[in-house]
Amino acid sequence: MTLSFLIIAVLTLAGAIAAVTLRNLVHCALALVVAFAGLAAAFLQLDAQFVGFAQVLIYIGAVAILIVFAVLLTRGGEPPQQQTFSLSWPWGLAVAAVVFATLAWAISGSFAARREPAAQVEATTKQIGDALMTRFVLPLEVAGLLLTVALIGAVLIAMRERLPESRTDNEGLRTDQPSAPSGVLDRAPSGGQP
Amino acid sequence: MTPLAGYLLLSALVFSVGLAGALTRRNAIIVLIGIELMLNAANLNFIAFWRFSEQPEALTGILFVLFSIGVAAAEGGGGLAWVIAIYRHYRTANVDEVNRLKG
Repeated sequence: MTLSFLIIAVLTLAGAIAAVTLRNLVHCALALVVAFAGLAAAFLQLDAQFVGFAQVLIYIGAVAILIVFAVLLTRGGEPPQQQTFSLSWPWGLAVAAVVFATLAWAISGSFAARREPAAQVEATTKQIGDALMTRFVLPLEVAGLLLTVALIGAVLIAMRERLPESRTDNEGLRTDQPSAPSGVLDRAPSGGQP
Repeated sequence: MTPLAGYLLLSALVFSVGLAGALTRRNAIIVLIGIELMLNAANLNFIAFWRFSEQPEALTGILFVLFSIGVAAAEGGGGLAWVIAIYRHYRTANVDEVNRLKG
């Protein structure tokens, strides 16, 4: 339990708590960046340099910016007037507390948590690349396919809705067409009575 | 407290904070932020167990985290696209006001 770990833990937790409790959504996204940076520092402290810098590149560089864009596109920049928490927030808080209590109980009673770290661990980029190209090549291909599907799906979902507009046009035509025969039917008796 | 227990407790705390945020907030973007926090807590668990394992040269923890980051990126992109589409349709991003399957 070193001082650097304590600093990283406090920073990460403060960022995470601020990210889910602040009212302004842009502040939430910026607090999330702090939490991601703390987790990247924890990865670096655990001798996982590649994952640490991948965390910086992907989460701080891409995911946080994506969230900021989503906030701006949904006009959440201004603080909302109504309540920010749902009506059933005590239940959600209770579920989270129970989950944390269970995890802490399992960690405190675990024999694996008393394990000492290995002397010197080396995970160079060359070793990771070798493993990705030999033993884990099938998961790598599947991950690439998943990312391609997610890219196309996100573009398709977020594209402007065109189908409902054309459908309303068709419905407008359909409502116009029956109105003409009904007008003829209305006019026929009126023409026959006099 | 041993170092591994410290990292596991930090991971459990971040997971619980993310779960509480995903369950209690109304805005869909904060729900996605909570889900991202939970995935990151799982990644920290993987890295901690890899560092304290008996065979760290197998690199399984690190590669699992890399694939987990890829899945999380796909989830985040798809989720935010849904949020934008729902906002455009309902003019709101609050998850408790979006309660119809038929638009």
